[in-house]
This record gives sequence, C-alpha cells and structure tokens, in this order.
Amino acid sequence: MLNKYPLWKNLLIVAVLGFGLLYAVPNLYRPDPALQISGESSGVIIDQAQMERLSAALDANGIKHFGEKANESGKSGLIRLYDTEVQLSAQRVVQRALGDGYIVALNLASNTPQWLSNLGAQAMKLGLDLSGGVHFLLEVDTDSAIATRLEHYNSGIKKKLREEGVRGFISLSDDGVIKGKFTSEELRDSALSLIRKEYTELTGQRLDSPAGDSSFYLSALISEAKRKEIEDYAVGQNLTTLRNRVNELGVSEPLVQRQGRNRIVVELPGIQDTAEAKRILGKTANLDFRLEARYDAPVSDREQFEFRNPGPGEPSAWLERDVVITGERVANAQASFDQNGMPQVSITLDSEGGTLMHRMTRHNINRRLGVLFIERKSRTHYQMDADGVEQIVKVPYDEKKIISLATIKDALGVQFRITGLDAPGEAAELSLLLRAGALAAPIDFVEERTVGPSLGAENIAQGFNAVKIGLGMVAVFMVVYYRVFGLIAVAALGFNIVLLTACMSLLGATLTLPGIAGIVLTVGMAVDANVLIFSRIREELKAGLSVQHAIEAGYGRAFVTIMDSNITTLLVAVILYAVGTGPVRGFAVTLSLGIITSMFTAIMGTRAIVNMLYGGRRVTKLAI
Amino acid sequence: MSENVKIINFMGWRKLATTVSVSLVLVAVGLLAFKGLNFGLDFTGGTLIEVIYEQPVALPEVRDELKAAGYANAVVVNFGSDTDVLVRLPQGMSPTLGEEVLKVLKAGTAGEIDLRRIEFVGPQVGEELREQGGLAVLLALVVVLIYVAMRFQIKFSLGAVAALGHDVIITLGVFALVGWDFDLTVLAAVLAVIGYSLNDSIVVADRIRENLRKLRKHDATEVINISLTETLDRTLVTSGTTLLVLVALAVVGGEMIHSFALALLVGIGVGTYSSIYIVASLLVTMNISQDDLIVQEKEGAEVDDLP
Repeated sequence: MLNKYPLWKNLLIVAVLGFGLLYAVPNLYRPDPALQISGESSGVIIDQAQMERLSAALDANGIKHFGEKANESGKSGLIRLYDTEVQLSAQRVVQRALGDGYIVALNLASNTPQWLSNLGAQAMKLGLDLSGGVHFLLEVDTDSAIATRLEHYNSGIKKKLREEGVRGFISLSDDGVIKGKFTSEELRDSALSLIRKEYTELTGQRLDSPAGDSSFYLSALISEAKRKEIEDYAVGQNLTTLRNRVNELGVSEPLVQRQGRNRIVVELPGIQDTAEAKRILGKTANLDFRLEARYDAPVSDREQFEFRNPGPGEPSAWLERDVVITGERVANAQASFDQNGMPQVSITLDSEGGTLMHRMTRHNINRRLGVLFIERKSRTHYQMDADGVEQIVKVPYDEKKIISLATIKDALGVQFRITGLDAPGEAAELSLLLRAGALAAPIDFVEERTVGPSLGAENIAQGFNAVKIGLGMVAVFMVVYYRVFGLIAVAALGFNIVLLTACMSLLGATLTLPGIAGIVLTVGMAVDANVLIFSRIREELKAGLSVQHAIEAGYGRAFVTIMDSNITTLLVAVILYAVGTGPVRGFAVTLSLGIITSMFTAIMGTRAIVNMLYGGRRVTKLAI
Repeated sequence: MSENVKIINFMGWRKLATTVSVSLVLVAVGLLAFKGLNFGLDFTGGTLIEVIYEQPVALPEVRDELKAAGYANAVVVNFGSDTDVLVRLPQGMSPTLGEEVLKVLKAGTAGEIDLRRIEFVGPQVGEELREQGGLAVLLALVVVLIYVAMRFQIKFSLGAVAALGHDVIITLGVFALVGWDFDLTVLAAVLAVIGYSLNDSIVVADRIRENLRKLRKHDATEVINISLTETLDRTLVTSGTTLLVLVALAVVGGEMIHSFALALLVGIGVGTYSSIYIVASLLVTMNISQDDLIVQEKEGAEVDDLP
C-alpha cells in the first residue's frame, strides 16, 4: 500500500526517539558547584567525621552547602554548594580547616540520577570557552633530546675504539651525523664493523674520500626508528611528569594529552591563576648528585638531609654543599637486574654530565654518592591585607630528600649503575624518581588561552539564546509557509536536536562555542531537506499527480538530491576535522553528527508522521 | 513541468551576471593582494588580554599606562562595551606577558578588574595554523571536484568548484575590505560556506541533470531556465531560513561568534546567487547538452547490474 511504513520502520523510529530522549536527558540536570577534597598522598583518609567538621567550618562562615559525602574508599570527599559565586571562598574555608596535605579542588558534581548513569548516560562536557579555565599547548624540544643522545653515542664510540685500539678521529657534526676519519682502509673497516656490532640503532656507512685526500672516512647516522623512539620516549616521559605536576594544582578534571608528534595539550578547567599553573608545570632540574660529606668537613661545607624512604638506623645523612651534577644531565634511568639477578638501576648521563661525574668520582672511590630529590611545594599562609580582607599567600619552598646513597666502587662515566638495592620494587621506584626529576627534554609554552568564568557563563547564555531565537524564527516561518507539513518539519527538527544532543553526550564530545554554532547550522541543513521534499510534493501536485502519488514521488525524488548534497557537506566536515585543531574540530564534530541525525529525522522521521496522517486513506487536498 | 508557472529567463541575464561576478572576484583578489586580511591572533601569534573594568575607562589613559610600563606597541580597543577592554601585543613576546600586562592594568585603576581571557599563541603555531587552514580549503575543493565529477559529470564538477571558489574569494574579499578579524572560527565559517554553497549548487545541478534527461526536445539553455525556475522556491526558502538563524547568531550570539556569523552571512548570501548563476552559466558556456549525460547513464546502468 502506498505511503504506509511497515511496522518495523515505525518501531525503529520510536526506538531511536526513545534512545535519543534517554541519552539527552542528563543534560537537563544541571550539575551543582562543589568542592572535591582529596589527600596529597595516598595515605590520607577522608571520613564522614571529617566531612562533618568541614561543614561546621562552612556553617561558621555562613556558606550554605549540602550533600557532604566522603567517598567509600576514604580517598576523597565532596561538598555541594548552591552557588558558583561562593565556590572560591568556600574553598578557602575548607582548605584552612584541613591545613596542608590536602587538595581542595573546585568541581561540578553531577546530578544525573543513578539509573541513568548506570546506562552510561551523562551530560555533555563543556569546553573551556564555556566553563572557564586554562588551555596550554606545550612543545617538547625533542631535538635537544636527540642531540643529547647523539652526544652520548659520539663519546661511546670514541671510548669503544680507544679500548679496541682502533686509532681514528671521531666527531659529531652540527647536522647530527657522527663522522670518522682514519689513516688506513683497514682501520676504517674495523671501526665500521665495531660500530655496526655495538650500535645496532646506528646506520654506519663508508664515505668516499674527497679528491686529493688520502684519509678514509665513515659516517654513522641514527636510524629513523630510533629517532622516533627517542622522541616518543621524551614526549611520553614529559606526559607522565606533567600529569604528576597537574595533580598538585588541585583541578578536578584536568586533561593532559599528546597532540601530534611533539606537543602536549594541558587543559585545566576552573583554574584562574595561570602564573602559578605555569610555574608548577614548567619547573625543571630537581635532582642533585652530591658526595657524602667527610666527618671532618666544616659545617659551612655540608648540609643534613632526610631520606625519602628512611630505612632502619639511618634517618638522615650529611652531604656536601657542592653539587656534582643536576637532573638536567640525566638522559635516562632504567631498573634492571645485574649478572647475579640483583635489582639495580642503570643511569645514563649526557656527555658533559659524564665528564663531570668522571672528574669528581675518580679521586673519591669508596666514598658515598647521594642523590637528592627536590620537590617544589608550597605552604599556605593566611594574612589580612590593608582592607581587612583575608588573603591566601602561598609560599613556595623546596623539599629536598635523599633517594639514594651508594658507595662509589669505580670512576663513574656516562653510564653507571646503582646496585645494592633490596627489592625490584625499590629499583623501579628509584628509576621512576630519577626520571621524574629530570624532564627528558625541555618544554616550551607555545599557546595559552585563559577564559574567565564570567565570559564562559556569558558564552553559554548567548549561544543558547541564539539557538532558541533562530529555531523559533525558523519554526514560525515553516508553519506559515508549509502549514501542516511545516508543523511536521518542526517536530522533526526538535527530534533532530534531541538526537544530536544524545549522540554528542554518548560519544563524550565536548560542547564548545563553535560547536553551538555547528548546531545552529545543522538546524538550517535539516530544514533544507524538508524544504526540498515539500517543494517537490507541491510541484508534483501542480503537475496533476494524486495526493498519495505526489507524496511518494516527492520523497523519492528529493532523496537523491538530499543524499548528494549532504554527502558532499559531510566530506567537507571530515576534512575540517582531519586538518583542524581545537575550535575547528568542535565545529566539525557537531556539523557531521548533525548531518547524519538530520538525514534520519528529516527523511524518515517526517515520512513516518506523514504516513500516519495521510497514508492509505483517500485524501483529496494536502495542507502544504 | 507544470504549465501555469512562468519560466524565468535566468540565462538571459547571463552576460551581466558573469560580468558582475568576474569583476567582484577581481576586486576581491585585488583587496586580498593589496590590503590583505586582518589576521587575528590565531594566525599571527602574539598575546591578547581581555578585561572588564567596573567603570568605563578612557582608552588613551590605558595606552599611556601600558606605554609607561614599556609596552609601547600595545593595541588597546573596546570590545563590545565601553567597560570591556581588549589589549593586543604583537608576537615575539614571552608567554608570561599576559600576567604582567594584567598587573599593569590593575595598578592603573582604583576599581576591580575582571579577567575575561588571556590568549597567547606562539609564532610557529600561528604559522602552522595558517598553513593548515589553506590546506584545508584546497583539500575540500579537490575532494568536492572529484566527488561531483563521479556522481555527475566533469562539467558540473567544474561549475560547482568555480562557484565555491567564487564564494570563498568574495567572502574573504569582504573581510579584507571591512577589516574584520580573520581568526580560526572565521576559517571554520569559510569552510562551512564551502559545504553550504556546495549543497546549493548540487541541488541545482541535480535538477538540471534530471531535466536534461527528461526534456529532450528543449535546448540546454531552456532546460537550465526551467530547472532554475523550479528550484527557485527551494533555494530562496532554504537560504532564507539559514540566514534567519545566522542573523540570530550574529545579533545575540555574543562577541566571540560574531565574526563567525558574519562570515557565514556573507558567504551564504553570495552562495545563493552563485548557485543560480555561476554553476548554470558555466554549464551553458561549456555547452552542456543531453549528450554529456548519455555515457554517464550507461555507466550507471552497468554498475547497477553488478550483483
């Protein structure tokens, strides 16, 4: 029968509508502004009694709050507030009541009912331009990581050739090629086979001698795979270090993510103090290698430090004030096992570090070398300013603790090992600390965007206002111009927005300002499909087709056109996503999702309603 | 084709429309070459600080404060309202500049200053974004060319791409003329214009193709006139509704999507015209005829026969 959908199609549409509503609904539950409390170290327990103490403190300051709850694991707690305005002052009160050692982060607590969250339904995340916060783009200087490694190869090859008695001149050129110059062909070839055997990650090659030069040359290049490995390692290690540092900032949902070959995106919602954030993210060089002080050394030359993990007997040790090398010189640290299966940590320094280390240690065999781990922390003070307003003053200080104190058995060079560790776990922790103390490669801030909370709130309000007004005007126009069919199109438009919201929430897409613009544009696109269909039906009616045939022909003929135009637009949206970053991507995501959902609602959705209203009956006139 | 609708002789105005389009494109290219786009922070790199003062503030005073603090090349303008101040500094500065400037501004006023946003874009990032943007536009054009050539015929493809180029160049020209900021969101808008204008061109091309096959007795110019008349209703309604939405965005959407909405308004306005005139007149110029589609039909039939 003409214009009747089979049952399964109707059921499909109802099912999709139900699914759309279910997953779009969490966006209606606005989250509460809240404070999230957690301990700085894993040992801190947060219990209900403590939460009650905090709510008493808030009550005393006249800050209204509700829903205080300690997490069952005892690791975190949540206090909900009525107003974002009081979030900052509440944070101050709670931080003061807790003292140092706790992180109090501004948070938005979800209000989605439990049964919805169990289904995986959640509200869309808001981008920084809507929620306020800081966005950093950091660039890892991978070139310097590779340069350090090349230095290390260069000195390694020199040493190896010297040991094997192959005389020649090895140097590292500015463009990153290790070159060798030899007086005879045999020397060159034995050097080459030695390099090929010992350094598989390097590609060794014979070089032709320039005319009139009686020397023989070779070159060694770092392989592309190794180069990529070094880059990945440098970026990966910076990511880990940055994540640890971001945790110090007390942000509830930070994002630290690799972008492209050598960049890292850091997004900190809610943070306003960019100076503090940058200081913590960008700090470097927090390892000191120092010799243990002699008993008779004057006090002015030595310092006492505690151990980070104090063992039995020795809680602290005296180290010299002179620093042998700092963490910047550490290229790598790996936990491994020695010949006897005992845990150890192998440390690789850059060539300058190796030279310094060698110079210092060769005369100090049998003394102990200490490694100091330096963490920048801050103490919070409260003081009244001139107006009698309490100000938070964060005083940064360096916490220095010994992570290793081991006897020097031999003169140390570029590569050395720390042995005598008790357990593999200890070796793993030590290597982690050594690596954390030394950023693998320097990082630079190449982009920063800070959006204040007032601007964020305004962006949301204005964006939604524009959507509402635009949608309203389109709806009025459609109903006036196409009457009943206009109404059907408007219903489909509403359905489309619900479906689009559901898809974005389900995919965990972030809603940004350009994203809202994408939704607005989708409204235009969705209407276009219906306009194409309806004007086609009108034409067919004018051409003298019966009502049922006109509907059938209108949908049928318009379908091809709609497909063609939407597929090309989708192609453009995909290109936008692939090439663009940040705001452009947000726009591309909403636009492509919108095209797909609008094709469903504008074609199948309206058809189902039209079929239900007119299909399989005698209709002589259409309100179109 | 219904008899009671008057067929508009669109192609009769072809020469005039072509002249107008060609001169508009030439003027736009000239503007782009000599005046250039007013690239925003995203593409030039540099630092931007937006703050809100409690009281309206005199811009010359702010400029003097900044000058005294050593930022002689700071550009200070109002943004939206007279309490909202935007400070822009050229590239080659340090990432900590934003906070330093904020400090200077705070020192210069008795009232409170609310920080709205700080943006810092490094010069190399700006350059990359510029390259990526150009690449995206070119890539989009090529992909469209290929897709339309496959689905329709190469003459349609050339027409559609010419229309896209026309719309993009004129939109950019308007930005160069008025001196509006050209930033990442405007670039996204330009790409959206490509998508949208394409939508329009394809709808028109689709109808021309259909009518070329159906109305064998008419010559190509007549067929095109009939097709344009038939689709005119749809073209105007769609553009009209989209423009309604865009006007809403431009008026109430706030400062940050203002230029995005403006770019789309211009682009879609021009796009509506180009879908009628550029695609169709180029088809006439290239002597489109029923014969051009015969091969296409055969190919289609063969493909359909495949299991």
